[in-house]
Amino acid sequence: MLSTASTVVVLGALAALFLLAPGSSEVRHTFFSPHDMWQALIGDPRQGYYSVGEALWLNIRMFLAAEVLILALALLIAVIRQSAGPVMFPLRMISTIYVDFFRGIPLILVIFVLGFGVPALSLRFLSSQSAAVYGVAALVLSYSAYVSEVYRAGLNSVHQSQVAAARSLGLSHWTSLRHVILPQAVRTIIPPLLNDFISLQKDTALVGILGAIEANKAAELYSDTVFNYSGYTVAAIAFLILTIPLARFTDHLIAKDRRLRLAGAPT
Amino acid sequence: MTGQLAGTGGADEVPPAGHPSEAVRIEGLRKSFGANQVLTGIDLSLAAHEVICLIGASGSGKSTLLRCVNLLEPIDEGRIWLSGQEITAPGVDENLVRRHIGIVFQAFNLFPHMTVLRNVTLAPVKVLGTSRPDAEEEARELLRRFGLRDKEADFPDRLSGGQQQRVAIVRALAMRPQIMLLDEVTSALDPELVAEVLDVIRELAAGGMTMLIATHEMGFARDIARRVCFLEEGQIVEDAPPAELFTNPRDERTKRFLRRIVDAGRL
Repeated sequence: MLSTASTVVVLGALAALFLLAPGSSEVRHTFFSPHDMWQALIGDPRQGYYSVGEALWLNIRMFLAAEVLILALALLIAVIRQSAGPVMFPLRMISTIYVDFFRGIPLILVIFVLGFGVPALSLRFLSSQSAAVYGVAALVLSYSAYVSEVYRAGLNSVHQSQVAAARSLGLSHWTSLRHVILPQAVRTIIPPLLNDFISLQKDTALVGILGAIEANKAAELYSDTVFNYSGYTVAAIAFLILTIPLARFTDHLIAKDRRLRLAGAPT
Repeated sequence: MTGQLAGTGGADEVPPAGHPSEAVRIEGLRKSFGANQVLTGIDLSLAAHEVICLIGASGSGKSTLLRCVNLLEPIDEGRIWLSGQEITAPGVDENLVRRHIGIVFQAFNLFPHMTVLRNVTLAPVKVLGTSRPDAEEEARELLRRFGLRDKEADFPDRLSGGQQQRVAIVRALAMRPQIMLLDEVTSALDPELVAEVLDVIRELAAGGMTMLIATHEMGFARDIARRVCFLEEGQIVEDAPPAELFTNPRDERTKRFLRRIVDAGRL
């Protein structure tokens, strides 16, 4: 009851601030014009702008492709970094450098370098891909470095006694990893993993700088053509529609995991 | 012993010290963790079908000794033979060695994400290449023998500590080991659950299983062991039949230890 009241008061105050601001009507026209929002949503290529709604489909496809590749590449990196023995040392070193490197470089620079650099190399196959392909490649390179650390934390969270139990039965390092360690690690890392993927969904918008017509780029084209920013509002709403369900799902999994732990996880 | 333990050649030479009728032979075993010397020269020989109990205060090196025999801990010095073959020789495949040695841990270390049946069949299927139906049949047979017939579909956290430990014993037995190493297997159990696990071990001893048992249960050690070894500061201080060691200890340190046990009302 009290929470409802306070919510109403706060939202009311914010709305009043927005509506009573000196430039309110101008901002409302520039960002929230219903006509322009509708035009941006459906698009009109003859006028020189594209549908933000359709362009969002490219974001979704880039996200899905990148997600699958990131899950695989990040796991490979994490497993290599967790490996033991002198034989694996070169690979371990490469993986460590990789993670340091791509976690340290802003994603937007990786996109620039791949998107403009690789085509300039004039290689037969590599240099003739679409902007979306270079964008996905950049997302994969950058995010795999982060996600591999999430995997690594998960692998470390499985107690050493589980490794001892598996190895004592004669299971090899890899078989133990595959059947004993990874299945337990994955359960603990699903929430942080989904968190990274929410972030990935938004960052597909950065691929627009290469000229790929994704939602944000479509909104930009609309504003460049019509001189009204309502297209960006449409793009923002579109991204929210994508990310909020995933965020709620993540919360749900975290809550479920906490309930399981409180119920008494096995030691 | 069937099969060679070494993956490569060179194991054909008969090792000088080991004898096939000896299940385990340990010579001059030393192990440190950093500056902490845990085992300071262990010599021990265990005949086939013999049961030896290791007693001693916590930190005396009992667990480390067992883990060294199973090659879970790399040793610093000394040699170990299993049925006449040196397992500490260079080039020995540790996964192959561990197939023949079952170990049961104080904290059970069951795989929490697998049912009881999967816990027991994992190693036979993945390591020995037994077909799943055959492995499951054997597992059910063992579970039935140890009173766990109706637990095969349960996850470990649904079981009592005693049941979990019996599953852990069955899991080790499913590999048909030549020798069992038991590492304080009743120490983590509620007092009323200790008996059911000790009964299982008695049954194994009666069946002729070779066992090296680290234990705090002095009464049990007196009943079951043919020899009892008292460890202190990483050395076997006294090695004698239980009747002798418990009633007429020779070494001053053994006497002191047993006096403490008696004072604590545990003998």
